Amino acid sequence: MSAAKVAIVGAAETTGLGRIPQTSQIQLHADAALNALADAGLTIKDIDGVATAGESPTAVAHYLGIAPSWVDGTAVGGCSFMLHVRHAVAAIESGLCKCVLITHGESGRSNVGRAGWASAPGSLAGQFESPFGGMGPTTMFTLPVLRFLKDTGTTLEQLASVAVMQRQWAALNPRATLKELTSVEAVLADRMIAYPFTKSQCCLVTDGGGALILVAAERAKDFPQAPVYILGSGESTETPMISQMQDLTRSRAFQMAGARAFETAGIQHSDVDHLMIYDAFAHLPLYGLEDLGFCGRGEAGAFIASGQTAPGGILPLNTNGGGLSYMHSGMYGMYALQESVRQVRGTAAAKVAGVEISVCHGVGGMFGASGTVVMSASRAR
Amino acid sequence: MKIDFEQVTVPVPTPETEHFWSGCVAGELRLQQCDDCSDVYFPPRPFCPECGHREVSILRGTGKARLLSYVINHRPHPAFDGPYAIAVVELEEGVTMMANILNVPQTPEALILDMPLKVAFRSIRRGIVLPYFEPVGDGS
Repeated sequence: MSAAKVAIVGAAETTGLGRIPQTSQIQLHADAALNALADAGLTIKDIDGVATAGESPTAVAHYLGIAPSWVDGTAVGGCSFMLHVRHAVAAIESGLCKCVLITHGESGRSNVGRAGWASAPGSLAGQFESPFGGMGPTTMFTLPVLRFLKDTGTTLEQLASVAVMQRQWAALNPRATLKELTSVEAVLADRMIAYPFTKSQCCLVTDGGGALILVAAERAKDFPQAPVYILGSGESTETPMISQMQDLTRSRAFQMAGARAFETAGIQHSDVDHLMIYDAFAHLPLYGLEDLGFCGRGEAGAFIASGQTAPGGILPLNTNGGGLSYMHSGMYGMYALQESVRQVRGTAAAKVAGVEISVCHGVGGMFGASGTVVMSASRAR
Repeated sequence: MKIDFEQVTVPVPTPETEHFWSGCVAGELRLQQCDDCSDVYFPPRPFCPECGHREVSILRGTGKARLLSYVINHRPHPAFDGPYAIAVVELEEGVTMMANILNVPQTPEALILDMPLKVAFRSIRRGIVLPYFEPVGDGS
C-alpha cells in the first residue's frame, strides 16, 4: 500500500513544436510554463518552486517574475526533468514549497539563444575522447551497441524494428513529426549516420518545450484536470564518458533508477499498463526493457520485433512515437513525461485503454544519468 | 583511413593527467594502480576510484588490447578522409579507452569485435602524442 503525497495538476508543451525560429530558448521555457499554468487554472504568483535544466532556474524564475522559495537546477541531461519531478515530490512533501513549476525549453533545431554541447579540452572527456573524432551523441551514445548486439544475440533487424514499431504509434498522433509507416528494410536502407545506426534509428532534431505543475495529493482533486499521482521514483548516475561505462551492454544508472522506482511505488512489472523509455537512439528501448526488468537478458529485441510494444501489444511503449518519430529537442525527457500524463489522464492521441500505471524512464547525457517516475491514476493502490 | 593530425582536437593535459601524456611521448601507455587495493584504473586521477586511497603508482601498460565496440561515423569530420571508426578498446589490464583503429579498413567486415590490438603512438602537434590502436601482426 503506497499513498501518493504529490500530484501533477498542470501539464503542457510549448504552443508550437518542430521549428520555432522566432522564439528564444528562454521564451520556450516561459511559453510552456504559461500554458501549464493555464492548464492548472493557476497564475505565476501561485508558483513558489522552480526546477529546470538547460537554463539556470535563477534565469527562468527571474524571466517569469517568480520569487521562489525552492529551486532545483539538477542538470544531468535529458532525464533531468524526471529527477526534478522526484525532487519536487520531496520538496512539497517536506514543506519546502507548495507549488513547483518544472520547465523545459530548447531551441534544438533553430539554435536561438542556445548554448553548445562541447567538452572543454582539459576535461577528461576532452582529453581522452574528443581527439578520436566523436561528433556528439550520434557517434558516442551509439558506441556501445555492437557489444550489446554480440553479447545478447540481438540482430540488426531487431534493432531496426524499434523505429518501425514506434512509427506505428506516431502514425496515430497528429502532433508527431514523422507519421508515415516504415519497415525494417527501409530503416536499414536509410542513410548511414554512424554504423550500425541509420538516420531512421537516430532521434529527430526539433524545437519545443513542456512544463509540469505539482501540488500535494490532498489538493489534487481541486483542479480542473484528473490528477496524475506520483507513486514512486528513482535516480542514479554512472559516467560522463561513454568509454568508461562499467559494462557497455548494461546501464547501471537504468538498473538503479528503475529498481528504486518500482520499490518506492510498490509495484510489479505486471502492474504496468504503459511505458515510456527515452529513445534518443533505437538501442535505448532495448537497454531499458532489459535493465528495468521487463525483459530478460537478450530478450528485448525479439519482444519489440514481435510487436509486443506496438499498438495492440501487451506493453505499449513510447506511444507518442518517441524521440525517433514524435519530436526530440535535445533533452527529450519532458515529452516522455507529458505522454505518460496524457495516457494516465486518458487524453493521449494514441490512447491506450485503461491506463492505471505508467512508468516513465529517462536517460541523461549518454548513459550518464537516469531518472524513472511511476505515475498512477489513483492516489493509493 | 588517413588522419590529418592538424585537424585532430588537441587534448589539454591537467596536473592530474600530465604523466599519461608525457608517457605517450616516451612511448609508454601509463596507467595507475592503487598501492593499497591494487586496482588498476583509467582515466588518471590522484586517488583510487575503487577504495579512495590516495597513494597510487604509475603502471606501464603492455599496450595489448581487444576491440570492445565501435561505430563507423559517416558524417564528415575535418580530421578524417572518409568514414572512420571510433572504438572502445579493453586493455589487457582491464581498463577501457576510446581510440581510433589504424592500419585496417574502416568497415564492419574488417573490424571484428574482440580482435587483438596493440597500441600505436602517433604525434599530432603541440607536443602531444596520442595512443591509437592497430591490429596485432598487421604489418605496421
